[in-house]
Amino acid sequence: MIIYGTALLAACHLLGAYIGDLLGIAIGVKANVGGVGIAMILLISVRHWMRQHGLMTQMTEDGVAFWSLMYIPVVVAMAAQQNVMAALRGGPVAVIAALGSVLLCAGTVALINRLGPQDPDESWKESTAKESHA
Amino acid sequence: MHELQNALTSNSLIFAFAFIGLIVYISGKLSRYLTMGRVHGSAIAILIGLGLAYWGGLETGGTKGLSDVKIFGGIGLMGGAMMRDFAIVATAFEVNVIEARKAGLIGVVSLFLGTLIPFVFGASVAYSMGYTSAIDMTTIGAGAVTYIVGPVTGAAIGASSDIMALSIATGVVKAIMVMVFTPMLARFMGLNSPRSAMVFGGLAGTVSGVSAGLAATDRRLVPYGALVATFHTGLGCLMGPSVLYLAVKALVG
Repeated sequence: MIIYGTALLAACHLLGAYIGDLLGIAIGVKANVGGVGIAMILLISVRHWMRQHGLMTQMTEDGVAFWSLMYIPVVVAMAAQQNVMAALRGGPVAVIAALGSVLLCAGTVALINRLGPQDPDESWKESTAKESHA
Repeated sequence: MHELQNALTSNSLIFAFAFIGLIVYISGKLSRYLTMGRVHGSAIAILIGLGLAYWGGLETGGTKGLSDVKIFGGIGLMGGAMMRDFAIVATAFEVNVIEARKAGLIGVVSLFLGTLIPFVFGASVAYSMGYTSAIDMTTIGAGAVTYIVGPVTGAAIGASSDIMALSIATGVVKAIMVMVFTPMLARFMGLNSPRSAMVFGGLAGTVSGVSAGLAATDRRLVPYGALVATFHTGLGCLMGPSVLYLAVKALVG
């Protein structure tokens, strides 16, 4: 049943959000700490376990894969509700501080990636949710 | 006309699916025929989204871009934090665990650098522009980390509302710049592997910026970047009102 996959995803999402909130309270931060990341790790582990025990059917996989493919449309909708007006009104402080941070961070990413090991292993490119890259 | 508006408003989420689908379709065509595939369709779609958000803000004076326009209310649900996180979690299904584990340590290092570098730079810009109190510098610096870290930090240390607004604006500008610049700078940054995406996720911070930026670069890199970036806001909220504020206070008094 396709709903099993979606329900599994939802359960991981909710549990991750809950643990993230608890983590935030535990370290005294008014925010969710890593809820999405925890949910992702849960989903990866559950998938691994279910595969090993032969519980993962194609339909169940599809119930998750659909949402992972909906990712880009959701991000487009997210972009469409940014407060672009406020961003432009912020004036020079906002623009300079943001631009400088982005460029400095981009430089650091470039540095780390050049210094790091070059990995010829391309197996990660095998995606489970297939969609043509137009 | 009125009936049509009614139908769209009372089915706003469904209308959002159709509308976003149309944007993605148009973007794909523009990518193929206008840029010969050089600019990723997703990047164009995100730019169109931002353009529409600007129009929405202009039209309504609200803070939620296009979704403040009545018939586009569903965009707010479709692209809100709930659906965004749901879709991000789903991408974990494609994570190659071995790759993710290999980059664990460098991911953590990137997270700390991704908090420190924007904070120090943002606070310095604030100082040079005349915001010389420790509270103002910390709040604006925290805004340069992400637009959530900014107000959370500001609220914790008692910043004024105009400084909070400036801090949020800094974070939003940053998120938008990450969305727009990532595909352009992808080659320079060496974004071509899970490890590099995790480094990027830690340094660029802002989940919205990282997720949109990577989506426009290579969809398969999204889960790796998001996996790290999701800890960014938490770390920033932890360090902003505590260590970072105390450090600034010690420096400027």
